Amino acid sequence: MFTYTVRRLLLAIPTLLIISLIIFLLLDLAPGDPTAQLPLTIPPEVKEKIRQSLGLGEPIHVRYFLWLKQFLVAEPLHVFDNLFGTHFADGMQRVISWQTRSPVADIVAQRLPQTLWVVGMSYVVGVLIALPIGIISAYKQYSWFDQIGTFISMLGFSVPTFFTGVLLIVIFAVNLGWFPSIYDTTHVVDSWDAFVFQVRQMIMPVMVLALYNAAQISRFMRASMLDNLGQDYVRTARAKGMSEKVVVLIHVLRNSMIPVITVIALGVPQIFGGAIITEQVFKVNGLGQLLITAIYANDIPMVQTLTFIFAVLIVLFNLIADILYGILDPRIRYD
Amino acid sequence: MLDDTPRTLVKVRDLKMHFPIFAGLFRRRVGEVKAVDGVSFDIIEGETLGLVGESGCGKSTCGRAVLRLYDITSGSISIDGQEIGDAGYQKLRPMRPQMQMVFQDPQASLNPRMTVARIISEPLDEHTTLSKAEKQERVYELMDAVGLNRDFANRYPHEFSGGQRQRIGIARALALNPKFIVCDEPIAALDVSIQAQVVNLLEELQDKFNLTYLFISHDLSMVRHIADRVAVMYLGKVAELAPRDALYSKPLHPYTEALLSAVPEPDPNVETRRERIILRGDVPSPAHPPQGCNFSTRCPKVMDICHQSDPDMQEVEPGHFVACHLYPPTTKPTTKNMVASEANKSIQQGE
Repeated sequence: MFTYTVRRLLLAIPTLLIISLIIFLLLDLAPGDPTAQLPLTIPPEVKEKIRQSLGLGEPIHVRYFLWLKQFLVAEPLHVFDNLFGTHFADGMQRVISWQTRSPVADIVAQRLPQTLWVVGMSYVVGVLIALPIGIISAYKQYSWFDQIGTFISMLGFSVPTFFTGVLLIVIFAVNLGWFPSIYDTTHVVDSWDAFVFQVRQMIMPVMVLALYNAAQISRFMRASMLDNLGQDYVRTARAKGMSEKVVVLIHVLRNSMIPVITVIALGVPQIFGGAIITEQVFKVNGLGQLLITAIYANDIPMVQTLTFIFAVLIVLFNLIADILYGILDPRIRYD
Repeated sequence: MLDDTPRTLVKVRDLKMHFPIFAGLFRRRVGEVKAVDGVSFDIIEGETLGLVGESGCGKSTCGRAVLRLYDITSGSISIDGQEIGDAGYQKLRPMRPQMQMVFQDPQASLNPRMTVARIISEPLDEHTTLSKAEKQERVYELMDAVGLNRDFANRYPHEFSGGQRQRIGIARALALNPKFIVCDEPIAALDVSIQAQVVNLLEELQDKFNLTYLFISHDLSMVRHIADRVAVMYLGKVAELAPRDALYSKPLHPYTEALLSAVPEPDPNVETRRERIILRGDVPSPAHPPQGCNFSTRCPKVMDICHQSDPDMQEVEPGHFVACHLYPPTTKPTTKNMVASEANKSIQQGE
């Protein structure tokens, strides 16, 4: 298992390099100009100078390797310096956002907590809702519970979040006035009332995303449970005289969790990716919202860095899912 | 076979297991598959009753229904004097230790995520209060009994061969000292060389622990080897039930004759002279069994009466029961210790 993990990690290096190159080339080929948003009163010569100062005059391979050096060397060294008070990174150029002129990493660090709180919480809630629904739906297949569960899953799966989000805002924020329609990022939780407010403003975005996640995972859980419920070893367990609880929770559930855990692990990078649409609807200024504004503004270093971070997370969680599979299923050995 | 004091361990009367068929837009119940349709037999303590028949005739369903792994449609099953036909799940659980099952597919019937030791000891956790060390000792004992190396205790089922897995399944079934074991085609998934080993193991264990078997198989020669009495099933019903030798030397039911004629002879001289009775047509669907005798659509000796009424089970010779119109009911239906044909009749008339 250890050698397998190391081998996979080594293999991830060329994979990620190729991904970074593809992202870079795609962004470079895409039309758009970082100075396009500037007022028309600025003369073209000045605009050209701005472009030069942003480094756009250099040939593409120079820009690519420069970005690579900034991202892989300068940024980690800065983090190291901040943590331990050293001065390795002094004088090194960091990845700078063209919009704000501040380092991309700093902005990401500011935005990450909002995304993790809202989107991460929605994922946790989604999983917690989905697992019992999937288990009961499968155990009582075709019962009214299963039918309703299937219907809600279909709904959650097929109705887009920009619709459910707006619908919730209309019902609960506008008509009923229970929850605020806009997520206040500057809100500081320092008292019980502040905490209650935080919970209230989180409920709607979390629920919108949790419905979507739960719909997906509960379907996987149900299918996997049904797969195992019909197996002979379940009949064996019943013939042994095990209680129904043991049969379902020990025998069936543990075996059914293997594929479901893989699906859950593979979904984790999406949390960091943020939910672009939902964050827009509820005005949560998380990573998804950061990405979309960066795309609008042609802020190429920001887009490039964010996309690459997502790629790293996806590769990493793929590996984690594979390792989990090996741990959970004794039939799978990677050596 | 029937010694001085034959004690009936298992008594099955008019067992029916019908599976509903749902179809159409609203999944209405449109009919039922009569997998087991009025089966009655007794099993005497310490004997092996072979249950034979072709694929889909309801053998396995019958075996599972006898252990109440299904909720049966109707009928009565009593094991060691205890009626379990209508017992609920909770009531059945404490009775499970005395009746166990060896399954057909040794791979699928073992939980892939449990080690051998856990698979064998799980029934002990549930039904006994043994300490950890005692359980461990019991697991080793059982592994010895079925001829598995003790070192294999912490391995997973997928690491074994088919024959070894079946030994695990047998050890698991034996863990709680059962009296009655249903062997549901325990050798069908194994190589011929391994089949003999497993069957011999089953026989050894029977002598050692005084077990009673219901041995389900489609392998007639294997049943001849292991069974004391044999029941032949066709389309959810028992066609013939007789002591082994009587059945193999002088089959009475036309279906049994046809079935036995299909068994190849190892001696080439005999084999060339063997006359096969080839049945025409397919087995009717158990959802729509034919009127009258179930076998009437394929029977080479079919008569008019066969299409009209279903023959009752009757004792033609001592211990030899057959359900066929070829043997007119000359004697009164007996209820000796085998089949209550009266019960059969009343239900069939009720249909």
